[in-house]
Amino acid sequence: MRQRFWFRPPYAALAGGLLSLALLLAVATAPADPPFIVVASTTSTEQSGLFGHIAPRFTEATGVRVRVVAVGTGQAFAIARAGDADILLVHDPDGEAEFVAAGFGVERSPVMFNDFVILGPANDPAGIAGAQSAVEALQRIAAAQVPFASRGDDSGTHRAEQRLWAAADIDPAGRWYRELGSGMGPTMNTAAGMDAYVVADRATWLNFHNRQNLVILFQGDEVLFNRYGSVLINPERHPHLKHDLAIQWHEWLVSAPGQAAIASYEINGEPLFFPNAD
Amino acid sequence: MDENPLTQAFRLILELDPALVGIVSLSLKVSLSAVAVAAVLGLPLGALLALYRFRGRGAAVASLNALMGLPPVVAGLMIYLLLSRAGPLGSLGLLFTPTAMIIVQTLLVFPIIAALARQVIEDLWDEYREQLQSLGSGRLRAIPTLLWDARFSLVTGVLAGFGRASAEVGAVLIVGGNIDGVTRVMTTAIALETSRGNLALALGLGIVLMLLGLLINISIYVIGEQTKRRLG
Repeated sequence: MRQRFWFRPPYAALAGGLLSLALLLAVATAPADPPFIVVASTTSTEQSGLFGHIAPRFTEATGVRVRVVAVGTGQAFAIARAGDADILLVHDPDGEAEFVAAGFGVERSPVMFNDFVILGPANDPAGIAGAQSAVEALQRIAAAQVPFASRGDDSGTHRAEQRLWAAADIDPAGRWYRELGSGMGPTMNTAAGMDAYVVADRATWLNFHNRQNLVILFQGDEVLFNRYGSVLINPERHPHLKHDLAIQWHEWLVSAPGQAAIASYEINGEPLFFPNAD
Repeated sequence: MDENPLTQAFRLILELDPALVGIVSLSLKVSLSAVAVAAVLGLPLGALLALYRFRGRGAAVASLNALMGLPPVVAGLMIYLLLSRAGPLGSLGLLFTPTAMIIVQTLLVFPIIAALARQVIEDLWDEYREQLQSLGSGRLRAIPTLLWDARFSLVTGVLAGFGRASAEVGAVLIVGGNIDGVTRVMTTAIALETSRGNLALALGLGIVLMLLGLLINISIYVIGEQTKRRLG
């Protein structure tokens, strides 16, 4: 075996490695981010494209950037309880009231609403298109034992669906009732794939492109209203959060420019969310 | 739809669409950083495990090998709980930042690099042992030499680590939050487009990701071959 330079190449490589590590750490910890807030919100607001429409307008008005973590409403509450988000924008009025009552939040303001729709295969095997109410539509699905895809993820939409089943006095179970444990989009992808019925929020549906055989079969019942609220987090519980910036966002959402920004978001000429601040 | 989404994906690449460029460069930054950190820690650790005999070594080797199969979503959850404001490192404020993503990917890549290095160095040590010891060199001092001489084999382990890092979605989604322009990487962007039902655009982005991986592997292969030729 030939004589080796033992030290130089390996130590040079090691030094190089350490140097690059130091550089990377320097990059990773680089300061001077512009001011921003973290908003814990729902998949419907993100996947429908609403945030992409309104957040830049808020940033333009205030210089504050908006970082959206889009998860199910249940998880959004958990993130906010742990102090990992500066503010909430979710759609579960009962859960929001509980969150405030338990001392995690200090104020809840209505921001906007839209509605849930019941989607299903175009040939409508359960015949829900002629139902008089959303509750009756679900009763027909359960009676026909046709596949129904449920979010099953403790999201706002899942909670709304659960309330509808409770109102219909049905405990959905059996092979026809499929709990997917996924977000709205993945649930619609699966429903489209297995010709299942599904309760969806209209905004995500309008922005959804893999519809295959899915159509809206039932809509318009008042119980299908979907209300979104902004919830300020209690500064006493989490003093490290950016409450001043969060309040700016909260107030902008319910202000005239914020409400106008929400109203102006349309897909194919159809508005997705209707502002309803007090 | 006006444009075939696959065409759209490639148009975005050719036009160097700023959003796409941002996503691609963040993906590279996160995964390459994680691989670099994991290599700096994992290669020496693998070599130590290869050369030293101590009580519990078998258990350490087996655990390291088992950790190669650590489910990304579990790694994500562990780092999430660690970095959450409610967790032990919460005051650092790292959750939902690229740094958190680098940390979680390092955790995933480190066992692969260390375990493969352990195997490679152990084999090499059997071959070199007598010679190095006759030169009066201790085991600790042999480590840099062994790592250097095994570099071509070790690169494969590092590339396997990079593959795991850049292909992974569950862990970075949990600790990064898939925030547009901040923590959105290729895999989480693909997941998002899939949930929007933009299946073709998602696939287009997936093809971009695979091409990127191919490009990196080709470059490293070419560099390796040239180096070998120069060394004769």
